[in-house]
Amino acid sequence: MILLILIIVLLLGGLLCWYAEQWGSSWSRLIALAALCIDAFLIILLILTVDSISMPQRPESTNWLAQIQFNWIPRFGISLHLALDGLSLLLIALTVVLGFIALSSAWTEITKKVGFFHFNLLWTLAGVMGVFLAMDLFLFFICWEVMIVPMYLLISIWGHEQRHYAAIKFFIFTQLSSLLMLIAIVALVFTYRIDSGVFSFDYFDLLHTSFGSDNGFWLMLGFFIAFVVKLPVVPFHTWLPDAHTQAPTAGSVILAGVLLKTGAYGLIRFVVPLFPAAVYDFAPVAMTLGVISILYGAKLAFAQSDCKRLIAYSSISHMGFILLGVFAWNEIAFQGAVMTMLAHGISSAALFMIAGALQERIHSRDMACMGGLWQDLPKLSGLALFFAVAALGMPGLGNFIGEFLVLLGAFQHHALITSVAAIGLILAPVYSLILIQKIFHGLQRVPQQLNDFGLREMLTMMLMVIILVWMGLYPQPMMDIARLSVTQSLQGVTTIVGEQL
Amino acid sequence: MTGNSLIALLPIIVLATACVVLMLVIAINRNFKLAWRCSVAGVILSLLSLPIAVEVIPITATTLMLIDRYALFFSGLLLIIGGYTLIFGYRYFKVREGENEEFFLLTLIALLGAITLVSSNHFASFFIGLETLSVSIFALIAYPSQQRRSLEAAFKYLLLSGVSSAFLLFGMALIYAETGALAFSAMSPLLNSGGQLSYSLIGIIMILIAMGFKLSLAPFHMWTPDVYQGAPLPATAFVASVSKGAILALWLRLFMTLELYNSDILLAITSFLAIATMMTGNLLALLQNNIKRMLAYSSIAHLGYILVIFCASFTSDSRLVSESLMFYLLVYMLTTLGSFCVVTALSPAHREAETLEDYTGLFWRQPWLATQFTILLLALAGIPLTAGFIAKFYVFIVGVQSHLWLMLWFVVLGSGMGLFYYLRVIREMLKQPKDGQTGDSNENTALPTMEWIAQTILIVIIIWLGILPSDFMTFLGSVSQTIG
Repeated sequence: MILLILIIVLLLGGLLCWYAEQWGSSWSRLIALAALCIDAFLIILLILTVDSISMPQRPESTNWLAQIQFNWIPRFGISLHLALDGLSLLLIALTVVLGFIALSSAWTEITKKVGFFHFNLLWTLAGVMGVFLAMDLFLFFICWEVMIVPMYLLISIWGHEQRHYAAIKFFIFTQLSSLLMLIAIVALVFTYRIDSGVFSFDYFDLLHTSFGSDNGFWLMLGFFIAFVVKLPVVPFHTWLPDAHTQAPTAGSVILAGVLLKTGAYGLIRFVVPLFPAAVYDFAPVAMTLGVISILYGAKLAFAQSDCKRLIAYSSISHMGFILLGVFAWNEIAFQGAVMTMLAHGISSAALFMIAGALQERIHSRDMACMGGLWQDLPKLSGLALFFAVAALGMPGLGNFIGEFLVLLGAFQHHALITSVAAIGLILAPVYSLILIQKIFHGLQRVPQQLNDFGLREMLTMMLMVIILVWMGLYPQPMMDIARLSVTQSLQGVTTIVGEQL
Repeated sequence: MTGNSLIALLPIIVLATACVVLMLVIAINRNFKLAWRCSVAGVILSLLSLPIAVEVIPITATTLMLIDRYALFFSGLLLIIGGYTLIFGYRYFKVREGENEEFFLLTLIALLGAITLVSSNHFASFFIGLETLSVSIFALIAYPSQQRRSLEAAFKYLLLSGVSSAFLLFGMALIYAETGALAFSAMSPLLNSGGQLSYSLIGIIMILIAMGFKLSLAPFHMWTPDVYQGAPLPATAFVASVSKGAILALWLRLFMTLELYNSDILLAITSFLAIATMMTGNLLALLQNNIKRMLAYSSIAHLGYILVIFCASFTSDSRLVSESLMFYLLVYMLTTLGSFCVVTALSPAHREAETLEDYTGLFWRQPWLATQFTILLLALAGIPLTAGFIAKFYVFIVGVQSHLWLMLWFVVLGSGMGLFYYLRVIREMLKQPKDGQTGDSNENTALPTMEWIAQTILIVIIIWLGILPSDFMTFLGSVSQTIG
């Protein structure tokens, strides 16, 4: 029940925000804050239950911490089925943290249609949370789509100069790819029906589907394309720089922080366990795509003059590591992918928030117009340096753990591809430091007096700093929470690998 | 003719009586409000007589009509949609000059034709219904007779309607020549005995071509955008929803009763029509700046998706196919109707709100109407939480079941293009109005209560069917049993 409440709180909170607009814009902000606080409280409750049972020792069968299931459309075997395991728990926690961050970054930036803005923000978060919790493929698909529409509105109404173009591109890319996934889902259900004689969209039923290798490959491809468009992976990435650059800060935070992670989650939760055989054959292609993303994203990031675009391309590069990790099928690489998801969620959100803060102050994203800002903005600049260094993979911070584990795990499986991917670790400092140097060092180009970060912003930033440092120094608790989900989703592939040996 | 048949025909009889009464009322006392009230009363009475007719079905009332659940379901649906046309036509014609009372009369007669069509079980009633519908629609389109555009549209419709009727009659004649039967049920065993290329197959294809004109399937679609644009808005809504819905309902019944899904040639033709229609509709809609034309092309595209469902019937469970078709058709009718209602509500007295510029910044001027239009457009695009998604889901279900992979590709492609042109309108509504424009209060008329309620009910139904479609699916499944 708690899972349903998590989503309903956000949905109702969103409606209330919209309605509260007429009382004054601060009401909408406070209501959104309250809704997020309720969710945060519920998630803390959930995390506490995990600790008391001590996750690592538990048997596989009780991997699911909470479940809820109602009949929805029995005609087609569709049910309202939500379930939570360690992986989902980490990701919904990330969602709520980033919800706070987005709310904080929008606090002064958004001045028009405040109620409707928060409605869209909360509904996007609700959709994302639905994606992380849904265990019925129909429900999953609906949540997958539902998070797109409010995001589209966020970009299209509150975005920057090219917002309509960016928003439509974002919508069409995701919609087309997800329709392919819908075909794959329906085809999967019919394949299952041949064996069992009944319709079922339930994840746990469909796990037992058996199909010919050819069939499996096409179905896997349907899912794969939908997820890598969202991730995104070269060559499906072109929507991302536009959407990130044009979105308002809160939109970029949500996009980079959690929306991209839904793609990675989909790969881990659906593609690998549902189609182990096809995944096994497809791995070299997927890993190559991952490596291309890493290198190509890094190169493009270096070439940008718009600071938000630079961060956007760096996301593509980091997401390449996740793809690499997911298709290396061993536990270490998988854990690395999960850690990268979490750490990149935080660090990219922070960088986007800083870029948004800069734009709010000097009304430009062009790095050529910046320079020497450190003198005026010491706090902001220091934090920017911290997050840039985190993003480039400095040991001791969360991102390093993730990328290191990915490389470590993938090396066992495919040494050559991994070695090439490791070059990404050299390119990351290049574009991260160029960002710092162009904006904060050098001649001061903006003469006027600027306001440094205030208390609200510092609190938000500190929250993210703490999380990243904690993940960098002591990642074990998170890895324990995710471990069972990881081994379970790898089960099918591991058997196949075992047979091959 | 027994008493029971009369009871079963009650909705049709009531509607026909209402037509006569309305005609007399207009002749005696030409009063706009009175005429409107009479027509609405006629529709409501006819709707109220449906539950009475349910008691005696299924029944063959005369050899011409078969009143069963399917017929009554569509009669009810068409009556409701016709009622919406009347509600939205009221304000539209009230503020326009001319003698507008006959518009309601023509709407009622067209409805009568549509209901006859969905209950018909015989070529004679089929033809009578279709002609009653088409001739009244011709007059509806030409109603603003002072305007060149309307007249042009009406003539286009009249000519093509005539051509399609000729095809239809020739097709019927060929079938009659071979089977010697005019009733659907009587000819089905005769048709299926041969299976070879025969007169009757050619006859069926000619009937399909006639239907193609009426349903605006590519390559018979050329008239659609002009007629949609030229007709007064309530008439456009009527053509797009009632006329197409009734004809498609009849075609589905004919198709299932004659078991036409056994013919490979027909499958090939239908597949070709489906792909051509989807692509033509979506491609031509892409860069339309006129909302009425855009909706015309989008309706062509939707008919293409409906044909995909037809193609599925050739290889899979025909019950599921009928159910999917009915669901899709219902959603198509409701969303199209809703969109035209929004456009009607936005139109000022001297013209229609048909250009894209009329919608600029609508979100900031009339948030509720803009929200409604957004929901309707998203439903047309098939986005979840609206009924449009469930309809598209049905297309995918039957498509995958019948392994129509190529066609599903085109559906995906078409949906992507569709999303683009629907989003263009939404984008236009989201644009910030320039500072000078905000004070324009002339057109900022609030929606009258009646239209507001009607429109809200429609939106609620569309969202309701998108979130909890289960009961309605079961209901449609039981209705589709009567023909499958």
